[in-house]
Amino acid sequence: MSLDPVLAVEDLWVELGPLDLLRGVSLSVAAGQVAGLVGESGAGKSMIGRSILGLLPTGARVSQGSIRFRGRELVGLPIRAHRDLLGRGMTLIPQDPMTSLNPVHRIGRHMLDVLRLRMGLDRTTARTRALALLDEVHIRDPEAVLMRYPHELSGGMRQRVLIAMAFACEPALIVADEPTTALDVTVQRQILRLIKELQVHHGTAILFVTHDLGVVAKICDTVTVLHSGRVLEQGPVADALGAPQHAYTQALLAATPRYDRPADTLHPVPAPLTEALRVEATALRRGG
Amino acid sequence: MPIGFLVNRLVLAIPTLFGVSVVVFVLLRVVPGDPIAMMIPPGAGQEDIDRLRVLYGLDRSIPEQYGIWLGQALTGDFGTSISLRSDVLGLVLQRLPATLELAALALLIAGALATGLAVLGTASRGRWPEAVVDGVTGTVQAIPDFVWGLLFILALGVLMPVLPISGRFDPRIEIDFATGFYLIESLARFDLDTAAMLLRHAILPAVALALPLTAVLARLLKSSLSEAMTQDYVQVAKVRGFGPGRLIVREAMRNALIPTVALSSVQVTFLIGGTVLVERIFSYPGIGNMAIGAVINRDLPLIQGLVLTFAVLFIAINLVADLTYAALNPRVRRG
Repeated sequence: MSLDPVLAVEDLWVELGPLDLLRGVSLSVAAGQVAGLVGESGAGKSMIGRSILGLLPTGARVSQGSIRFRGRELVGLPIRAHRDLLGRGMTLIPQDPMTSLNPVHRIGRHMLDVLRLRMGLDRTTARTRALALLDEVHIRDPEAVLMRYPHELSGGMRQRVLIAMAFACEPALIVADEPTTALDVTVQRQILRLIKELQVHHGTAILFVTHDLGVVAKICDTVTVLHSGRVLEQGPVADALGAPQHAYTQALLAATPRYDRPADTLHPVPAPLTEALRVEATALRRGG
Repeated sequence: MPIGFLVNRLVLAIPTLFGVSVVVFVLLRVVPGDPIAMMIPPGAGQEDIDRLRVLYGLDRSIPEQYGIWLGQALTGDFGTSISLRSDVLGLVLQRLPATLELAALALLIAGALATGLAVLGTASRGRWPEAVVDGVTGTVQAIPDFVWGLLFILALGVLMPVLPISGRFDPRIEIDFATGFYLIESLARFDLDTAAMLLRHAILPAVALALPLTAVLARLLKSSLSEAMTQDYVQVAKVRGFGPGRLIVREAMRNALIPTVALSSVQVTFLIGGTVLVERIFSYPGIGNMAIGAVINRDLPLIQGLVLTFAVLFIAINLVADLTYAALNPRVRRG
């Protein structure tokens, strides 16, 4: 790629005590692209998102490697400087819309806080902008929704609000951390389509974390397959999922339900394979 | 919601007060201690004693006595104090404002200190200020209010006399008040000199009452705050670029107050109970001080009236706590 990527992660190692959570992960997200990040639970997907957003859990730290955001190194960046990047530079669409909105604040308060404090808009402009954003995520009667408390909205509605808030500050990068996992299947599709629609419209780069290859095929441009904290397969979606090189990717594909395939042809990922991969990963050592 | 809820709670208060009155009435009459023995002069004969017993109705059976008391109480007549020879209701109402002002001041101090400590402890999580907050609250909680009172008298009244340690105001100053709420009244009149004088008298007993409550509230609020800080909505707010102060105050605080308020109503009733000893120690003229006098003199009607007053206060505190809880939590509030 000739264009400078929005996000470039190189040889990233994250450790928690004696444990390596990420083992030399490299990936990049180009401007205006959706990069999928796939792996089973514990593969380290969310840890990558957390490293980028500066939200590593207490005790975990980057032990090696670099994360460059628009050419700026994030590893070793002071907390305050990193915080300034959040919201306007990069932000998150969270996994669980049911718990990600503050239960004691109205939707209006959530949105106006972001627009006024992070974007510096005055009250009237912020309100107009909030209504426009809610309209953009296809919420009917945005005026009324601004007056609602989170518990008065359905999960799908809340996720729409959270998506609107993520795009509110026009960030260059959004980390979407399994944004449809907590939703109904019927709502999942709408939300996926919505994220894609806004992404195209705003030209935002998205790092889309998921465990679902079907979702990757639908909305991602590139994909990175992760296991035990290391990258097994990486490339454009058409190549990586069309002609997967790694046995694990092939196994994952065989385990993914598809509408054009009977359910009894599904195969779980063989346990010996994942075990072998885990052993292989633990043998990896940091380079100098 | 509030109207129906209030009516409901007031109706429920009736059986509570009835139960309290029965228990206190019976207890006072079965425990040893004879009110007549406290009032007769030495050398009075059995005849005089019997005459007084009849006069005060103490010769009748307990249910009979209770029936008479209840009948009068329902008309607003709570009897006559044996030791002070005056109407019980009038005596209580005259002293109640002093206690309410003291308790309110203590509550204010406790609330402010506890919030400060909890925020400090949460903001400095894992660093030394948090350890200091935990240590201070643990120690303060272990020392009861009346011991604080005695320590204050010793330190600030005797060793280094900077504050008055007795009474509600300076007896050398002549003041006329329309109500019993001296402090509130003088503040409302912008009579700041008088307010300052009243505050100087109230501050030591108020702080003594406030300290144990402060410790409990600070611990409750700090653990609720720490809990709230780990919630997804705070993490998501963080990713929008909001700083730690904002996260605590704007995102976590109100959520943390909800369980704290729910749990603290009991603690606040302890504060009211604490006025009994603390008012006595500081010779503060409230109903707590009066209660000790009434017990010493076996003044049955007055004890009865005071216990019922405390019961009404406890019910009121719980009601206020429930209303605050509903006001803080949109999930239990209905438009």
